[in-house]
Amino acid sequence: MSDPVLEVKDLTTHYFTNKGEVQALDDANFSLARGESMGVAGESGCGKSTMAFSLINQVQPPGRIVDGEISIDGIDAVSLSETEIRKQVRWKRISMVFQGAMDILTPVYTIGHQMKEPLHYHQGVKGKEAREKCEKYLGEVGLDREIFTRYPHELSGGQKQRVIIATSLLLEPNVLIADEPTTSLDVVVEAQIMNLLKRLKKELGISMIFITHDLSILSEVSNKLSIMYAGKFAELGGAEKIYNNPKHPYTEKLLASIPRLHKDVKRLERIPGAPPNLVDPPSGCRFHPRCPYAKKKCKEEEPEIREVEGRKVACHFAGQVT
Amino acid sequence: METVLEARDLKKYYRMSQSFFDRMLGREEKYVKAVDGVNFEIPRKNAMAVVGESGCGKTTLGKVVMRLLDATAGELIMEGQDVTNISRSGELKAYRRTTQMIFQDPFASMDPRFTAYNTLEEPMDIHDIGNSYEERKEIVMEALEEVQLTPAEEFIDRYPHMLSGGQKQRVAIARALILNPDFIVADEPTSMLDVSVRAELLNLMKDLMAEEDLTYLYITHDISTSRFFSDSISIMYLGKFVEKGEVGTVLDKPLHPYTQALLKAVPEPKPEMVEVIKELPIKGEVPDAVNLPSGCRFHPRCPYSQEVCEKEEPELREVEGRKVACHFAGDVP
Repeated sequence: MSDPVLEVKDLTTHYFTNKGEVQALDDANFSLARGESMGVAGESGCGKSTMAFSLINQVQPPGRIVDGEISIDGIDAVSLSETEIRKQVRWKRISMVFQGAMDILTPVYTIGHQMKEPLHYHQGVKGKEAREKCEKYLGEVGLDREIFTRYPHELSGGQKQRVIIATSLLLEPNVLIADEPTTSLDVVVEAQIMNLLKRLKKELGISMIFITHDLSILSEVSNKLSIMYAGKFAELGGAEKIYNNPKHPYTEKLLASIPRLHKDVKRLERIPGAPPNLVDPPSGCRFHPRCPYAKKKCKEEEPEIREVEGRKVACHFAGQVT
Repeated sequence: METVLEARDLKKYYRMSQSFFDRMLGREEKYVKAVDGVNFEIPRKNAMAVVGESGCGKTTLGKVVMRLLDATAGELIMEGQDVTNISRSGELKAYRRTTQMIFQDPFASMDPRFTAYNTLEEPMDIHDIGNSYEERKEIVMEALEEVQLTPAEEFIDRYPHMLSGGQKQRVAIARALILNPDFIVADEPTSMLDVSVRAELLNLMKDLMAEEDLTYLYITHDISTSRFFSDSISIMYLGKFVEKGEVGTVLDKPLHPYTQALLKAVPEPKPEMVEVIKELPIKGEVPDAVNLPSGCRFHPRCPYSQEVCEKEEPELREVEGRKVACHFAGDVP
């Protein structure tokens, strides 16, 4: 595979709150090649969004990247100053489609006005030239060019989501992060947006990171998959391997809890309990209080992430119990 | 089987506001036909799922069944009694004891200043159940245990912000159950929740169906959960049912082109699909409900549309063990 576009080493982000240090993301390690996509799945509060914001180095206070390296096209994004990041990295090399993105359009300006802003700010492109560029990308995401002059309230949810995707592509980033890009959209529109992202990945060679709690959507778009639990990677590897043969008990349970369309099931598998409080995570393996296979060792010793059957798993008994 | 709820040709139209000039010129009033002639029967201890895209009228249908909205036309029969037009507060109040609703968003449907006890006590207050604090507290504890919020003492004095999304929705279910209703309208009860929590809640609601003799109208846009949860399914498009029948029959071999398209769009865990761009048989989005297409409402988006579809509206008819509203049901692939 070609050189990685994005390389993340030991990335750790904590939130320093009055109640203590929230360990939202701990020791994330992965790399992403050009045109490759990675899906990130996990329950709410497992650190998915924190990871996304860390990658564009925009963690909101009281949060802060404590440790680690992010290298995007060889540029270290953690050590740069905010001004340099804006100039060199954010939106230019890595951009993000935020959760609930349709609501971030201002109702008082036209779509065009809002789309032109990053072009003006980053590249000094104005007027007709900017308009042409915006219209080109509107076409790219399957929208009509005249959308440029419309106001947000004239568009449907799916159209707004496409506008946001088009805007995030304007500066031709190498990496696109999509944080829950289709929640609150209907299935048909969701499938259309997913098709669009797949096509962009193929045609423009953009690497993508998809973040969602819905594993069934991820399976359709990601080459790689990472399952997060309580701020840590539980399992990381090729999507096909993980889907067909999960090795971490958490992955196994998560996959079993999806209701299937063409299978009659008596009961859905569930994971008892709730995700832990990250101010004071459980000792040893963070999943042990909810794990059906937990043994004494899991309580005492934190499992290292290690290679098991072609993917990385953080479980003492991976391969033995699952 | 004994029918709990029956709807006959149920309609709900919303009148569009008209400008002064339109009124002066005597222009025709326009209506949004949110629910336009819907028929169904739900037998006891069954769940019927209503599935469709946003704007298809499924939530309006739920509200009409709850009598939160008045039907424009048609009949609604609950346990043999016509409840379409009951309005004297006494009758409607009695109706509310038998029919309750679980709302979509537990974050919005609960008062942030009410503890779980206050939330659950309010319906008892309204309906004069329990005379003393002790008696009511006992009923509340029971209800909390029923929805598996145990130990109940720990949850009874919690405010909504002290509960997780799943726990909040459990309190909402307990609130719906506290009057011992027979019938529950569940409007996308799990769409705001995580996958694992969703599984837990659906299991719980299914258990309650057997234990408490409940009957459900389950409104959702997530077809895969309806397979698990419900017995029958109705696919709704622009105010009408386009296909209805047993869940297995409909989902294993959908006959209406709209059902087929919906099912194709559902993501299924199949990693070998990563590089493949799915072919979607329908284009565009749901059209405006004010200016409905002529003939079959689905024809502008339908891949098999013919001349007759533009002119004639298809009736729901029996094809291969379910009802379909399509001229060519069974003939197209």
